[in-house]
Amino acid sequence: MCDTCGCNVTSGNQHLIKPGGKLSLASNGKTSISVLKNLMSENDQVAAHNREHFDKHNVLAINLMSSPGSGKTSLLESTIQQLKKQFRLAVIEGDLETENDAERIRNQGIPAIQITTGSACHLDAHMVHDAVHNLSLSDLDIVFIENVGNLVCPASFDLGQHLNVTLLSVTEGDDKPSKYPVMFRATDLMLLTKTDLLDVLDDFDSSKAEHNLRQLASHAPVFELSTKRSNSMQNWIDWLSQQYQMQIARVKKGESLKPAIQPDGANMHTHTQV
Amino acid sequence: MHEFSICQQIIIQVNDIALQNQASAIENITLKIGPLSGIEAPLLKQAFPFAASKTIAENAELIIEVQPVVVQCNQCGSTTNTAPNKLVCSKCGSSHTQLLSGDEMLLASVELIKTDSFNNEPAVEVNHV
Repeated sequence: MCDTCGCNVTSGNQHLIKPGGKLSLASNGKTSISVLKNLMSENDQVAAHNREHFDKHNVLAINLMSSPGSGKTSLLESTIQQLKKQFRLAVIEGDLETENDAERIRNQGIPAIQITTGSACHLDAHMVHDAVHNLSLSDLDIVFIENVGNLVCPASFDLGQHLNVTLLSVTEGDDKPSKYPVMFRATDLMLLTKTDLLDVLDDFDSSKAEHNLRQLASHAPVFELSTKRSNSMQNWIDWLSQQYQMQIARVKKGESLKPAIQPDGANMHTHTQV
Repeated sequence: MHEFSICQQIIIQVNDIALQNQASAIENITLKIGPLSGIEAPLLKQAFPFAASKTIAENAELIIEVQPVVVQCNQCGSTTNTAPNKLVCSKCGSSHTQLLSGDEMLLASVELIKTDSFNNEPAVEVNHV
């Protein structure tokens, strides 16, 4: 939109620049300007750019989010063991400090880029962009982004991924979706992890966890799994294979996919209100 | 905890607007923030002076309009105010709802102080996304 020649003054918004309007110059030299711009717009632009990179190379990008210690890296290790013959995989690891997780992934024989965020509690699109340029995307099918362990901040940042997966380990409590609605509302798939421990826990009810997710108007599937029991991983493995095929089909049609993280309400306001 | 980086984004955006409009300072900045945006308004207010220090927004007041969580039901058509962790329809219980309000993180408006108060050219900066 042109901001200098005045061609964006329409019959719909010209009242704003008339005396007393929102954009009129007040007599005291102050000007009030209506903006309605998403605070994340800069991050979102880089995220869209990352998504173009992934799509251009037929790569499916999945963002894993959870509390610290809910088993993201263990899940990736088990997933890699089951999928590395079928798909070319890579992992972008986010942690405040250490290369430990990237080394665990590299031990599985696949590339891993470690992002150390210092004190930042989340990954953002710029960090992922730098990491993506250290990967050879044309040699990959699926890229997992393991976000910083945190049930709050990562939900607010689009990274350019196609799908969000949120892990909830059974030791954390089945009311987590109610306590952290921003995170769980953003998920495309909820994984209940460490279910081998259910035998010794009397206070986690998987159906309650799912009920609390549904209260967020989410229709995301919910799978239970334990990396200690490889036969419990099948739903997750099948879902990944299916999502990869869907990504290939989308790219062929020139389409892309954004995860549920995008605040549709906020976007609606930026496009419709003046 | 990511409120400081949000504040930095605000500073970048308002700085651009101030430059485009030849403003010398920013009087106030109004945001619309919903509970489902993941941004905590009190933390944002605390972080803002640190991010604004030595910028054009140094003395600006940060005004935060917290938005209600409102869902519209696709089944029964009801529009209801609700809690951030209960987004199903409170009338009929359907989970097929659309969020009308509650996840906003918007820079709504900026009040600028002009260097040249004789410049009567109106600033036009509506909805420039």
